[in-house]
Amino acid sequence: MKFAVISFPGSNCDQDVCHVTGEVLQVATEILRHDVRQDLTDYDTVILPGGFSYGDYLRSGAIARFSPIMEDVINYAEAGGLVLGICNGFQILLEAGLLPGAMKVNDSVKFVCRQVAITVESSETAFTGGLTRGETLQMPVAHQEGNYYIDPAGLEQLKADDQIVFRYLNQEENPNGSLADIAGVCNQEKNVLGLMPHPERASEKILGSEDGKKIFASLLDYLSSREES
Amino acid sequence: MTEEKVWESEGLTAEEYEMITAGLGRQPNRTELGMFGVMWSEHCSYKNSLAVLRSLPTEGERVLQGPGENAGIIDIGDGQAVSFKIESHNHPSAIEPYQGAATGVGGIIRDIFTMGARPIALLDSLRFGELDDEHVRYLFEEVVAGIAGYGNSIGVPTVAGETFFSPKYQGNPLVNAMCVGLMDQQDISTATARGIGNPVMVVGAATGRDGIQGASFASDELTEESEEDRPAVQVGDPFREKLLMEASLELIKTGALVGIQDMGAAGLISSSSEMASRGEAGIEMDTALVPKREEGMTPYEVLLSESQERMLVVPRQGKEELVKEIFKKWGLNAAVIGKVTDDGKIRVYNQGEPAAEVPVRLLVDDAPVYQREGCRPAYLNELQEFSTGDFLAKQKKNRRGTDYNQELVKLLTSENLAAKNSIYEQYDHMVQLNTVILPGSDAAVLRIKGKNKGLALTVDCNGRYCYLDPERGAEIAVAEAARNLVCSGAEPLAVTDGLNFGNPLNPEVFWQFERAAAGIARACQELATPVTGGNVSFYNESPAGAIYPTPIIGMVGLLEDLSQATDQYFKEEGDLIVLLGETGAELGGSEYLKVIHDRVGGKIPELDYIREKSVQNLCLKAIKQGLIKSAHDCAEGGLAVALFESCSGNSRGARVTVETELLPEELLFSESQSRIIISLDEENMAEFSELADKSQAGYQIIGRVQGRTLKINNLIEVEIEELKAKWQAALPAMIN
Repeated sequence: MKFAVISFPGSNCDQDVCHVTGEVLQVATEILRHDVRQDLTDYDTVILPGGFSYGDYLRSGAIARFSPIMEDVINYAEAGGLVLGICNGFQILLEAGLLPGAMKVNDSVKFVCRQVAITVESSETAFTGGLTRGETLQMPVAHQEGNYYIDPAGLEQLKADDQIVFRYLNQEENPNGSLADIAGVCNQEKNVLGLMPHPERASEKILGSEDGKKIFASLLDYLSSREES
Repeated sequence: MTEEKVWESEGLTAEEYEMITAGLGRQPNRTELGMFGVMWSEHCSYKNSLAVLRSLPTEGERVLQGPGENAGIIDIGDGQAVSFKIESHNHPSAIEPYQGAATGVGGIIRDIFTMGARPIALLDSLRFGELDDEHVRYLFEEVVAGIAGYGNSIGVPTVAGETFFSPKYQGNPLVNAMCVGLMDQQDISTATARGIGNPVMVVGAATGRDGIQGASFASDELTEESEEDRPAVQVGDPFREKLLMEASLELIKTGALVGIQDMGAAGLISSSSEMASRGEAGIEMDTALVPKREEGMTPYEVLLSESQERMLVVPRQGKEELVKEIFKKWGLNAAVIGKVTDDGKIRVYNQGEPAAEVPVRLLVDDAPVYQREGCRPAYLNELQEFSTGDFLAKQKKNRRGTDYNQELVKLLTSENLAAKNSIYEQYDHMVQLNTVILPGSDAAVLRIKGKNKGLALTVDCNGRYCYLDPERGAEIAVAEAARNLVCSGAEPLAVTDGLNFGNPLNPEVFWQFERAAAGIARACQELATPVTGGNVSFYNESPAGAIYPTPIIGMVGLLEDLSQATDQYFKEEGDLIVLLGETGAELGGSEYLKVIHDRVGGKIPELDYIREKSVQNLCLKAIKQGLIKSAHDCAEGGLAVALFESCSGNSRGARVTVETELLPEELLFSESQSRIIISLDEENMAEFSELADKSQAGYQIIGRVQGRTLKINNLIEVEIEELKAKWQAALPAMIN
C-alpha cells in the first residue's frame, strides 16, 4: 500500500499528514512536489494537505489549483482513485472542481483553531466505511476560510446523493458558519472527500484525541479488503 | 537642515559624529554616515544597555551558544539542541499594528532558522492600553491578527503567551515574540564571514525601499508625528518566508556554508558588517548586484532597506551554483554581491564606483557604549508607602456587606484575568503535531517526535510589579516563569529576556532598567537558568510618558519523560487539593487592588528563594513520581482565581476550607509568590506527605475536587459553568 501527499508551496501540514500515515499507520507515504507531473496510478490514496498554498493569496486554493500536478490529480480522481483533501486541500479540491460548492471566509472573519465535535453523516465512502452514521468525533479545526457554501439546488443534490459526509454537531460547534453545518463533502462517485477538520491532528492519544485516526483506519480497511478481493 | 548638523538626520549626536570623523581620519560621506546611524543606533549597538547586560549570567552546562549570535542554543541531550530567542517589534506595531506584529514574528523566526534550527513554536507577550479606548481596540485586534496571519501561514504554532492591559501602554503597545527551534547539534550554524575570497550572497526576496531607517526609528520615542513614519514599517510575506525557511534549512544541511545571517534591522549593512566582525574579516560588495524590486535605489537605500524575507549567506568558494540551485527550486533569488576580504573593511561599490569604505571595527566593535546615570524615581516613595493593611482597615466597616462572589466575578471578567481563548484560538497552536499541553495552562508542552522527551515553554512578566519595584518585579518574573514550567512537569533550563523600557537618557528610566537587570541576574543565578540571549527595546514612551518597565522572561524547560506532562486542571471528583507554599497578607500591586479599588500601589510580594526552590523541587519531584494529577501556579488574582482556573478546564467544582488569620480579601486575592495548587488521588497523599515533610516548601490540604461549584470557606460559592461562560465572554465583549 502506498500514499501520496501533494506538497504545494505554502503547504504546512504535508509533514504532519506524512507523520500520521507513515509513522502512526505505517503506510509507505511519499511527498510529491506540485510542479512535477506524476503518474499517480500506483498510489492507493492521494492526500492534499492543509496549509496556505501560495500564501492563500487571491483566494484559498485558487492558485494551487493550477499547479502542474493537479492535472494528474484530476485524472486520478476521474479514474476512480481515492483523493482526500484536508482543510486547504479541501479548498483546492473545490477550486479544481473535483468537489461541489465553494468556501467563504468564516462568519467571524477571524482564523479559528480549536477542537470541535462533528458527526458522521455518511458511511458510504471509503474514508468513513468503518464509522457509524450519527457517530460524534472530536477533531481540531484551524482555518479562516471554512465557511462552506452551495446554492439551494446544489444542497438538495448533496442530500439526495448522500454527499454530506461530516457536519458540525450543532451551531455552537460550527466554527465558521457553514451552510447546514457542513464540515465535509464527497463527490457523487464518493471517491473524493474534502473536510475542514484535521484528522491528522487527532490521530495520537498524546495530542488529545484519536477520533481522526478512525477515518484513516476506515480507509485502510477499505484498501485491505480491496487488495484481498 | 544645515550641513553642520547632518548627523542629526541619522540619529547621531555631535560627539558620535566626532568619533566617526576621528576613526575614519576624514568626514564620512552620506552613505557612510547612514551606515553609522543605523549601526550605532540602540537597536543594533545596545550602546545604552551593554554595560548593564554584562551582569547577566550567561553560562551553564547546557549552554551551547550564549548571547552574541542571532539566538541562543541549549543542549537537550541525544545530540539535539534547542535555539530560542525573544524580540520586540513595539514601535512598528504602534504605527502599523498588523504589519508591525507580523514582521516581528517573521524576524524572530528568521533568527531561529538562521541558527540551523527548524522553528517549532512561537510565543507572544503583548501589552496594550485599556480596551475602552477605540484606538487601543484597533491596535489589539490588528496585532493579534498580524501574529496569526504570519505564524499560521508559515506553519509554526503559537503555543503560549500573555496579554496585559494598562493605561501605561496606551500610546506605546508592546509586541514581543519568541521563537523556539529544534535542531541536531551537527547543524548549528553561525553568522560568520570568513575565508578570503568566499562569495557573499543575498538570498530570498528582492530588495525595495521599505523599512529604511527602521532601526533608528525603533530607537526614538513615539510622537504625535510618528504615524508619518509608516513607510519605516516593513511589509511581511509569510508565504515567501516559508519558502526561504525551507531553502535555508536545506542549504545548511548541505554543509556548503561558512555563515548565514538574517537580514533584519538595518538590513544589508548590519548583516554584512556583523558577519565580518565575527569572522574578523572584511567584505566588499556592489549594491548594483543586489536583486531589487524598485528602480533607481541609491547605495544608501540598498544598504539600509529592511525588506523582509532575505538572508545574507557566505558559502565556500565554488558552492555558488549549489546555493542558486536550491533557492531556485523554492522560487527565490540568490545573487553573489561580493566577497570576503582580509582588510577588515566594509567596502561598498555601486556599479564598480566606490560608495563607502569603513573599518568593520569602527562600525561594529567600537560603537559607543554609555554608562548612563540612574536615579531612583520620585514616584516610588509615595506608591510604596501606600499601606494595603491600613487601606483595608479603613474599609473594614464596609466589609461585612462585601459580596466576595461578586468580587471574584469582577476580577475574572476584568481584562487582565479574563480568559484569553479568544486570542489564542486565532493562532494555529497545533500545526506540526507536537502540542501536548495547549495554550491556557501554565506552560505549553511540546513533544519531541521520535523521543520520549518534551519541551515546556512560557513567557512571563508583571509590568505593574516592575513599576512598583523593578528589581523584585524582575525576580518574580523569572521565578514565576520557572514555576510555570515546573507545574507542567519540566525542569527549567534557560532564559531569553525581552527588556522593554522608556527613554534610557531619563535617569529614572535607566534606574528601572538597571534594577530590573539586577533582579533578572539574581533570580537566574538562584534558579540556575542562564540567559542565552534577548532583546532590549528602549524609548517606549508616548506623549503620556514611559511604559511600565517590562522585562519579559521567556523560558524553556525540558521534560525527560513526556508522560509526566501535567496541566493545571482538576481531573476527578474526590481528589485532594493541596496548596504548596504559604499565603501572606500581600495585596500590594495586586489585580485585586487595581480592579476592585482602582489602586496601584503598595509593596509587591516578597520572594524567598529558599521557599521558591523548595516549592518547585517538591512539585517537580511529586510529578516525576507520578503522585499528582494537576499543578497550577498561584499568581495574579491569588488563590481564588487560581482555584477557579483549575476548575475551569474540565468543569470540575471544588470545596475548599482554609483556616487562616488573614482578612478574607487577603486569603482570596493575595498574590504571595512561591505557591502551587496541586490535586492528587487521596491514595497518594501519604507518599506525597512523606516527600513534602522533608521539604521546606510548606503545604496544606485545603479541600477536594467536588461538585459543580467552587466553594471557599463561607466566603465564596460560584457555579463553575456559569462563571466560565462569563470569564470567556468578557474579552470579546470588551472588543465589540
